[in-house]
Amino acid sequence: MCGIAGIIYRDGAQPHAIGTDMTRMLQSMKHRGPDSTGYALYGKPSNLVVMRYKLADANTPRDFEFSDRLQRNRAEVERRLASIGARVQEFEEETEYAFRVTLEYEGDLKELADYVEDVPDCEVLSLGNSLEIVKDLGDAETVCDGYRLDAFTGTHAIGHVRMATESDVDISGAHPYWAYPFPDVAVVHNGQLTNYFHWKRRLERSGHRFQSECDSEIIAVYLAEKMGEGATLEDAMRESLEELDGVFTYICVTKDALGVAKDEMAAKPLVLYEADDIVALASEEIAIRAIIDHEIDTYDPYEGEVMVWQR
Amino acid sequence: MAALGEHTINYDARGLAEPLADIPRVSELDGETAVFDARDLTTRQINLELRWLLYEQGVKDVTVRNPGAKHSLGVGILTRCRITFEGSLGYFGCGLIDGPEIHVQGRVGWSACENMMSGVVVIDGNAGSLTGAAFRGGDLIVKGRVGARTGIDQKGGTIIVLGSAGLMNGFMMQRGRQIICGDVGNGLGDSMYDGTIYVGGKVRSLGVDCIPGEWTDADTEFVERKFRIHGLGATPELQKFVCGKRLYNYDNLEPSERKLVL
Repeated sequence: MCGIAGIIYRDGAQPHAIGTDMTRMLQSMKHRGPDSTGYALYGKPSNLVVMRYKLADANTPRDFEFSDRLQRNRAEVERRLASIGARVQEFEEETEYAFRVTLEYEGDLKELADYVEDVPDCEVLSLGNSLEIVKDLGDAETVCDGYRLDAFTGTHAIGHVRMATESDVDISGAHPYWAYPFPDVAVVHNGQLTNYFHWKRRLERSGHRFQSECDSEIIAVYLAEKMGEGATLEDAMRESLEELDGVFTYICVTKDALGVAKDEMAAKPLVLYEADDIVALASEEIAIRAIIDHEIDTYDPYEGEVMVWQR
Repeated sequence: MAALGEHTINYDARGLAEPLADIPRVSELDGETAVFDARDLTTRQINLELRWLLYEQGVKDVTVRNPGAKHSLGVGILTRCRITFEGSLGYFGCGLIDGPEIHVQGRVGWSACENMMSGVVVIDGNAGSLTGAAFRGGDLIVKGRVGARTGIDQKGGTIIVLGSAGLMNGFMMQRGRQIICGDVGNGLGDSMYDGTIYVGGKVRSLGVDCIPGEWTDADTEFVERKFRIHGLGATPELQKFVCGKRLYNYDNLEPSERKLVL
C-alpha cells in the first residue's frame, strides 16, 4: 500500500522545522506502511557536498565478524574519500551503520559515488549540496529519534512509509530513492511498475546502477537520465506518464522544486493542499491535518496530472 | 518526541488502532440532540459514541466537532437520524448506512458513502475517488468536485455532483442516476449495464457501450425535483447518457456455451 507525503514552503529560503513536520505527517500514516520509513530533506544549500551512506542494515545478521567488518569498511570509505581529493569537514555517526559526511569536493560526483560504493556493503543513500536522505526500519518516530531529525530545518521535504510488496524489507528497499548520479534529486512512490525489468535493463545499459530490487528505484533513475539529457523536471515527469507502465503516484524533489505525477488510471490516492506560503500533499488528508491545525480545503488531483511547485 | 505526542494513536501488535476501545460518553446531551468533540478520540471511539447516542440514548441529531479527516467515521448507522460533521472526513466515511441524513461541512476522502442503502448525505467540499461505490439508494450530493470512478457498480439512488468528475464515472453502473454538473473525464459510463448519467459540462470521452440518450419529460421532472428538494438552485443544461446495450449478448453466447458444457 505505502504512503507518501511532501511539503514545500514557498516563503523564500527561510528554514522551517521540516524534520518535525514530515515526522508528524508520516506517523499519522503509519497504518499505510509500518515496515520502514524514509525522508528526503532539503537543508540550507551550501558549496559543501553532503553524503549519507550506510554500511549495514538494522536487520543484517550480527555475526562474529560483524563489527570488525564494519570498522574495516568504514576506514576504507574514509581512505577513499581522502584519496579522491574530498576534504572531510564534518563526520557524523548517525547510527552504528549509517553515516553523514560533509565534504569539500569539486570533482565529479558520479565518480565519487562509484568509488565509495565499491567498498563492500556500502550504499550511498544521497549525495548533493542540500539533499539528505534518511531511511531505516520502523515507524516515523523511531527513525526521527534514531537520526535526531526533529532538529532538522529546511525548505522542503518528502517522505514515505513502506509496506513492502515486491522486494525485501531493508534500507536498500526503502524510499526515498536518490536519483543516482544526479545530485539533489529524490523520489518517493506509491504503486507498482509493471515494465520494471524493461526499464532496468535499458538504464543499466546506459551506465546506471541499481542498489535494490525495488521497482520504485526505476523512477528516480529514469528521471535523472531524462534531466541529464537536458529535460526539465516537469517535462521528464510528463514523459514518464507515457513510458512507465503500472499504477503510481510519485513525488519528485530537486533542490528548488517539488513535483507530483499521477498515472492514467488514478489508481493511487493523493490529497493536495495549496496555500500561498505552503504546499502539502499526502496519500491521506489525515497527514496534512497533522501539520495544519486550522480548517483547510483540499482536493485530489485527477489522472495523468503533473504538477510542479518552486520553493 | 513530546511535541508529537499530542494526538498520538496507540496501535496494538497487529497494527490496529485501539481495537477494544470503551465508549467515551463525552457528549453534551440536550433532549434529542447531542454534540461532541472528536479531536482527541480515535476512529473507533467516535463510532462507538455515535452508536451509543443513536441506539441507546434516543438522540436524533448529533453534531461531531473536529472530525480531523479521520477514516471510517459515521459508518454502519442503520437508523433515521441527523448527523453533522463540522469538518472533513478521511476514507470510507459514511459507508454502509441505512437511513441517516448526514451533512459533512468539509470534504471526504476515497470511498465515501460506499454501499449506502438510504438517506441523504450532503458534502460541502470535494470528494475523493470511488465516491458512492456500490451505491444502493438514497441521495448523495457533493458540492465540490469528485475523483475517479464515482458511482462504480452503482445499483440505485442518485448521486449529484455540482463540480467536475474524474475518469470512469459510473463504471459498471447497474441502476440509479448520476447528475454531474461539471466536466467529466475519460471513459464515462464504461461497461454500464443500465441507469442514467446526466452531464452538464464537457465529456472527454465515453466508455465502452455508453451512448447519448434521448431526453424526455420524465428526465426534466426528475432533475428539477432533485434540485428543488435539495435547494441546489437552477438546473443546468444537461446531456443524458445511457447504456447502448451492445454488450447485452449473454443470450447469444448461451447456445455455444451450452454445447461446451454438454
